[in-house]
Amino acid sequence: MRLLIIEDDRDAADYLAKAFREVGHIADLAADGEEGLAHALDGQYDVLIVDRMLPKLDGLSIIGTLRSKGIETPALILSALGQVDDRVKGLRAGGDDYLPKPYSFSELLARTEVLARRHGGREEMVYRVGDLELDRLSHRVTRASEEIVLQPREFRLLEYLMKHPGQVVTRTMLLENVWDYHFDPQTNVIDVHISRLRSKIDKGFAQPLLQTVRGAGYMIRDSK
Amino acid sequence: MTANDAILPRESEASAGQRLDRARAHEDARSQIAARPPQSWFARKGGERMAALGKLLRTTAFKLTLVYLTVFALFAAFLLAYFAWNTRRLITEQITETVDAEVQGLSEQYRLGGIRRIAFAIEGRTRRPGSSLYLLTTAAGEDVAGNVNVRSLAIGILDHPGWAETVYRRVDEQDAPEHHALVRVDQLPGGFYLLVGRDLEERERLFDVVLAAGRWSVAIVVVLGIAGGFFVARRVLTRVDAMTETARTIMHGDLHERLPVAGTGDELDRLAVNLNAMLERIEALMHGLKEVSDNIAHDLKTPLTRLRNRSEEALRAAGNETQYRAALESTIEESDALIRTFNALLMIARAESGQARDDMTAFDAAEIVRGIGDLYEPLADDKGLTLKVEATAPTWVRGNRELISLALSNLVDNAIKYGAAAVAGANGQPAAILLKAAEQGDRIVLSVADGGPGIAPSDRGRVLERFVRLEQSRSEPGSGLGLSLAAAIAHLHGGELILEDNHPGLVGVIALPRVAVPVPAPVA
Repeated sequence: MRLLIIEDDRDAADYLAKAFREVGHIADLAADGEEGLAHALDGQYDVLIVDRMLPKLDGLSIIGTLRSKGIETPALILSALGQVDDRVKGLRAGGDDYLPKPYSFSELLARTEVLARRHGGREEMVYRVGDLELDRLSHRVTRASEEIVLQPREFRLLEYLMKHPGQVVTRTMLLENVWDYHFDPQTNVIDVHISRLRSKIDKGFAQPLLQTVRGAGYMIRDSK
Repeated sequence: MTANDAILPRESEASAGQRLDRARAHEDARSQIAARPPQSWFARKGGERMAALGKLLRTTAFKLTLVYLTVFALFAAFLLAYFAWNTRRLITEQITETVDAEVQGLSEQYRLGGIRRIAFAIEGRTRRPGSSLYLLTTAAGEDVAGNVNVRSLAIGILDHPGWAETVYRRVDEQDAPEHHALVRVDQLPGGFYLLVGRDLEERERLFDVVLAAGRWSVAIVVVLGIAGGFFVARRVLTRVDAMTETARTIMHGDLHERLPVAGTGDELDRLAVNLNAMLERIEALMHGLKEVSDNIAHDLKTPLTRLRNRSEEALRAAGNETQYRAALESTIEESDALIRTFNALLMIARAESGQARDDMTAFDAAEIVRGIGDLYEPLADDKGLTLKVEATAPTWVRGNRELISLALSNLVDNAIKYGAAAVAGANGQPAAILLKAAEQGDRIVLSVADGGPGIAPSDRGRVLERFVRLEQSRSEPGSGLGLSLAAAIAHLHGGELILEDNHPGLVGVIALPRVAVPVPAPVA
């Protein structure tokens, strides 16, 4: 995955680039808005990570300019303004995801990978992971051809996980995409939902599909 | 006051310079110098009086009085002028009518009996008391009959037939001062001139009377008005000065002071009452701010100390990678908790300042309640509680969906935390949490009822403050900000957070103003 990080805080940018390189991605850096826009215009990137407040040209303007030129590279906005309405503004300006500072790298990595992969998009009607099948049209879920009855919310949770097989999905990503909440509940309510789902799809099978990734989130994967 | 203060020292400096010169020139001028200080004291005293007067003259009350006064005086003057002018016109009209009638009568006499008859008629009329003025002359201007001295008339009067004002003297009073008259001159067939007129003295006297009355009344209005203005301005000024004095004390830091209220219910009183209300609010806010910063300092120091101690401990005692890893993970966890606390604090601050008010839409609160119920149901179940949702009827409110969800989730979170604790201590029967959205008059109430220990009525106000955690909940995880945030969000939406007794347990109620159900847009 090729990334462009537009961030004026030298330390934060270096830390991010190093962390992305460690997990095997290519990361370019731009220190101000104009440089970032120039890079984004002629480079081939899978994802842009854009700080909201930048010298010379702010993050939202960069994304706006790119979108007006028909460049649809997914962009993730980083911002110190972590309030509800700021997020809405960021997404309205053409950003694809929004992460308030301070963030954990695992959260950023998970979101970036989902954004990069989404470009190809897994939009088929039936999702398959191992012997687990989810039919998005008829809302039927089967494992080893045996039907599993899920509640609507559980279905959407599984659907989101299966849309990103082999990718880490964080708790906040689930909250945002399945429940449409952008705040952080005090307790980890998501864990309980996951364990319920897990008991329905993995119980009695030798091969667990829904895995917990420590310190990051969850992943559905056929580990065979 | 300041202007005078600034000028006076300079004057005394100048006088000091003069003094020096004079002392050099006249050795014996010392007595004069000795006499100077009292004089400058008088000047200062006078200056103060002038300054006080200036202040009085600058007051709004005095300026208003002055404006009213001017307007009144102008009205009065205008009214009197109109009256005078009208009277004058009336008298003039009367005179012309009389004169016209006389001229008609005399012309008739002339037509009937020629010059002799008219002269006779004129002679007869002049003898009547209060007679008009008559003069009959030949074409050359020689006096034929009448009671007016032809030479006393203004020059050229007889040459122009028609109306005119002129000076005149009667025939029988040669040395008396000239009178004024309104006359009509007619040329009779045969070249004679007939002049008939009335004296204008009556008209002028009346006009003078009105004028004098006008002058006096305007003068009285002005004098009384200025005196009244002074009186009103002084009264207002005394009260405003008292208010200014108090305001100054308050500015110097004594927020307990309040402005004096006279109890007359006038605009100054209303102003004072409102300012006092404002001060009350400011004092409460200042108090809250102080308490919050104290609490923040205390409540953030605790986790930071813990963080520091754990790192130190790891540095000292950890021997292998696993132990280091565990220490670092707990450090990250603790930092995340701190960040959450800060986020909550920021959110409360933003909700309280009303910044998030732009992003409000109308939505069905019942939907929010169902959503939150759905989110928390497995967690409650996990803790041995049943979570029920009663939200079927649409309950429309206007606000930020996300924030109201957050407030509600805080309440549910609390309910589960304390409800579960109660279950552990109770006799095993499953406790229930009830989530409800209902309409209550003009309000929409979203309530969360639990069967936990509840909150004593005396503590219900306190728990809404930031970082306040009651003794029985100290052992539970949490920041002490959940209820504060819910309350701030309710306030932001023009509602309130009410804590009630559930016998046993607690009911947290978010009461919001109801809005009309929006008409669905017609489907195109």
